[in-house]
Amino acid sequence: MSPRKIVLRFGPEISDKPIIYRLVKDYDLVINILKANVNPQKEGIMVLEITGEKYEEGLKYLREQGVAVQALTREVVRNEERCTMCGACTVLCPTGALYIERPGMEVRFESDNCVVCQLCVKVCPVRAMEVKL
Amino acid sequence: MERSYQEINARIKSGKVVVLTAEEFIDLVKEKGLTRAAAEVDVVTTGTFAPMCSSGVFLNFGHSAPRIKMQKVWLNNVPAYAGLAAVDAYLGATELPENDPLNTSYPGEFRYGGGHVIEDLVAGRPVKLRAVAYGTDCYPRREIETYITLQDINEAILFNPRNAYQNYNCAVNLSNRTLYTYMGVLKPNLGNANYSTSGQLSPLLKDPYFKTIGIGTRIFLGGGIGYVAWHGTQHFPSMQTDGTGKELGPAGGTLAVIGDLKQMSPRWLVGTSFLGYGATLTVGIGVPIPILNEEVARYAAAADEDLYAPIVDYGEAYPNRKPGNLGYVSYAQLKSGKIVVLGKEVPTAPLSSYPRAREIAGILKEWIKKGDFLLTEPVQLLPSPQEKRKANVLEVRKEG
Repeated sequence: MSPRKIVLRFGPEISDKPIIYRLVKDYDLVINILKANVNPQKEGIMVLEITGEKYEEGLKYLREQGVAVQALTREVVRNEERCTMCGACTVLCPTGALYIERPGMEVRFESDNCVVCQLCVKVCPVRAMEVKL
Repeated sequence: MERSYQEINARIKSGKVVVLTAEEFIDLVKEKGLTRAAAEVDVVTTGTFAPMCSSGVFLNFGHSAPRIKMQKVWLNNVPAYAGLAAVDAYLGATELPENDPLNTSYPGEFRYGGGHVIEDLVAGRPVKLRAVAYGTDCYPRREIETYITLQDINEAILFNPRNAYQNYNCAVNLSNRTLYTYMGVLKPNLGNANYSTSGQLSPLLKDPYFKTIGIGTRIFLGGGIGYVAWHGTQHFPSMQTDGTGKELGPAGGTLAVIGDLKQMSPRWLVGTSFLGYGATLTVGIGVPIPILNEEVARYAAAADEDLYAPIVDYGEAYPNRKPGNLGYVSYAQLKSGKIVVLGKEVPTAPLSSYPRAREIAGILKEWIKKGDFLLTEPVQLLPSPQEKRKANVLEVRKEG
């Protein structure tokens, strides 16, 4: 079976739990961490590639722990015409995929760092961020 | 050194005018000193591109056969104020469709409002017009539904009663819940700090004592040519100072501006939505500052490190109109991406586009250099900080 890509989001209260360890140890899953941004007492985000027979059980365990699990099948794109480069999104983007390049203050979007949380889609004042299936 | 409007315009016409953007002028003053820079440069251009809620457009639709008075008007389902002569209306940027869910599903999205209708109009897209009226002998029709475009209608006059705020709060959130404000999303417990001016490029930060900006000043407005019509509503300019009396740059001034929407462009008038707050319009404004003397030059050379914004809590202080702030922070600090508030490092984000502000200052510079744009001497300057205009507050009274 080919590996499946998923995005995990967890709140500050569970960021110190050894969740990945349990996935490997208890569910015998092969895990490749593609991106991770986990800090104590902060919201965390992780993108994983997972293979293994107990895939569904592993996901069930994650959800029981309060982790939001989402398949990574969508893509966020920026409508370059529409974006005014204000920068409102940059402080909310959890992975720094949207950031300001200084000193010019241009807003850049590094889609490789995007985990498709879609926060920018909701907060962009001019609706320049779009979801592509 | 003194320079008159007439001399500057003569130099524009002869192609000899020296125009710099505010950014370029700051660099020149640092390099050559104020006196030489002021002697060399005739005009400094400024720019700002940010959401400006007090914006709107006067429209005249032309008369149908038979005629209708148009007592109530909707454009793409967004109500416009029609308590004027027949077929005149005013559409405000923050107006919302009557069936908008607003904040009933909090935070509301406010995807489409008056500002978006203005963008649709200026982009040349057809807009659905619906109007109703009581019948009169001269205006017998009671209802009309049709489509208009900006080209079809007689007049579309952008008139924004409060734009180009001289300075603005740096908004933070001391509460423990996420706030959805006109300053964007503010994360709890000082999660972020949002600000909204273009700092050293911003028009009114560069003329704090209103020595050059007044009624009739010709400006860049929404991609076309506009004018300063009056001081804006809530125009209460002052010079901020710290405890020791050190100047922290001005705050409180506003402009009322006017211009022909038919000349403008959707690149510079953009329908805008703030999650949980409402709809508005992002407006591009650029004001030329004639370097009349060294004093005007000194203020036009104010840089991000000289200009400060007050830090204000939107959890408790702002909504309850509690006075005071959490200190001041310079635009250089704000633009660095991090500030310190109450001992905590807080990431910053602008709501005002600095790259687009720079572009506006550059366009205005080119217009002046090419001779397309002459400077106007104001009919009357706007009230300055010396007049000490102060804000009145609204008291709740049981009787009149």
